[in-house]
Amino acid sequence: MVKGLTISDIHQGLRKKEFSAQELAQSYFKKINSLDEKLGAFLEITQNEALSQAKRVDELISQGKKVSLMTGIPMAIKDNILVKDVKCTAASKILEEYLAPYEATSVKKLRGEGAVFLGKTNLDEFGMGASTENSAFKKTRNPHDPSRVPGGSSGGSAVAVAADESCCALGSDTGGSVRQPAAFCGVVGLKPTYGAVSRYGLIAFASSLDQIGPIAKNVEDCEIVFNAIKGKDPLDSTSVESKFSISHFQFSNPKIGVPKEYFGEGIEPGVEKIIKETIKKVEKEGAKIEEISLPHTKYALACYYIIATSEASANLARYDGIKYGLSKDDEQKSDLLDVYLKTREEGFGPEVKRRIMLGTYTLSAGYYEAYYLRAQKVRTLIKQDFEKAFQKVDVIFTPVSPFAAFKIGEKVKDPLAMYLSDVFTASVNLAGLPALSLPCGKVRKLPVGLQIIGRPFRESEIFQVGKFVEKIV
Amino acid sequence: MISKKEVEHVAKLARLGLTWKEIEKMQKELTLILDYFDLLKEVDVSQVQPTSHSILLENVDREDIVKKESLETVNKILDGAPAREKGHVRVKGILK
Repeated sequence: MVKGLTISDIHQGLRKKEFSAQELAQSYFKKINSLDEKLGAFLEITQNEALSQAKRVDELISQGKKVSLMTGIPMAIKDNILVKDVKCTAASKILEEYLAPYEATSVKKLRGEGAVFLGKTNLDEFGMGASTENSAFKKTRNPHDPSRVPGGSSGGSAVAVAADESCCALGSDTGGSVRQPAAFCGVVGLKPTYGAVSRYGLIAFASSLDQIGPIAKNVEDCEIVFNAIKGKDPLDSTSVESKFSISHFQFSNPKIGVPKEYFGEGIEPGVEKIIKETIKKVEKEGAKIEEISLPHTKYALACYYIIATSEASANLARYDGIKYGLSKDDEQKSDLLDVYLKTREEGFGPEVKRRIMLGTYTLSAGYYEAYYLRAQKVRTLIKQDFEKAFQKVDVIFTPVSPFAAFKIGEKVKDPLAMYLSDVFTASVNLAGLPALSLPCGKVRKLPVGLQIIGRPFRESEIFQVGKFVEKIV
Repeated sequence: MISKKEVEHVAKLARLGLTWKEIEKMQKELTLILDYFDLLKEVDVSQVQPTSHSILLENVDREDIVKKESLETVNKILDGAPAREKGHVRVKGILK
């Protein structure tokens, strides 16, 4: 009964009493029980908590109380976002036993609206990866072809939504971690404008790039979840109240920019073909297509990896074996430094270690200016490229990823090849822009995603364009 | 190619224990990735200001008042610590 259900389907069903919130949650758990051993989307199922949340929803409805669109909606939460009193591991051994003592603001807002949390989903350790293979605990498989990766790092959340194990989900996106798995799994994902959604309770990877974003079955659902979690939060000083309301903007003939740097060399021909066909269809419907140039695109990936690893090396210094998490101290005569070294050696996986090392190197004396400071300056140029482009166009269309889902194991031994997965998504985080990942076709049975990039805080415009594209592909 | 000694130095700065095998692997991988980072050297940044955040950040301040947390939360946070004693987090001595 849960196949393809959207938020508005569920909302109608609950209001018309076609099913109860408890029955609905049970159906999703049934689905999870039958599928997840194979797909591995979830790290933890919170059935008891979910059923008591659903029971409260049913009580509200039977009392005739007003309910919101999110009331009773079953959701999955990426396991780097804190749900109070539930384990939050970031798919790392260093947090294997960590019990969240408080709740992320985005989760708190959803709970306030009556959303039902089914469980916590798998990810690349601390969000570092593009295939979910860097999880310390399990592999997650792509429902379209289980021999392939779901993308990452929010692979578990994307799979849960794609396989109807959940209606929608929260992920997080530092360099493409919501958009790329959404594209690989054929669902819709949004990376909001930096600051649009509070990061309080999101386990930090790279603080100037991280954003929490929704993954859902269609654009409308994505918009509903985004509207439920956005807004300024006193607990995140970088969060902002969006000044743009939804009603102001009407799309008649959107001007769409297509950057030439995102096509050609390095992109799988089948993917390029689908994106170009989609652009043609949109043009036929009256949109104006304009070729644009984002001249610093070539430098975005190197710039991103310097900044992201530098920030990560500082953020992950907190895992010291003292305040919380794993602590390794087996010898009586060992000193404090030994505790640090041993805890981090055993607690972190290979990719996390690599990034801590890279970031420590690029921030260290003698290299700071050559790497980190230079990358921050290139970041300015990348941001200016977009600002110039948005003087001419309303939104920008690009592929989400240069290729469709790859085989499990294919790139895991070659870190640079894995990093290339972020080539079309990372610049958006550097510039702090909002971007939507929208399925627009398939190549060899594998979904391909279109990326729609918008101006800062104009998520509403992206959603309108997204709904327009959704109808015609 | 960065040297093994450099890898060990950076690992120490990062308070990261590495096995000998990991140091060897790290040496090769870091060299490859740092070579890729060198791509940025061809960009002229002489007239460019650095960007640390994509949005304009302002300092946020508030009154310096202690906000009381419930005993429940305090205990939950303390429960996360590997070693505790009399309501405090226990650490190794650093003074010899």
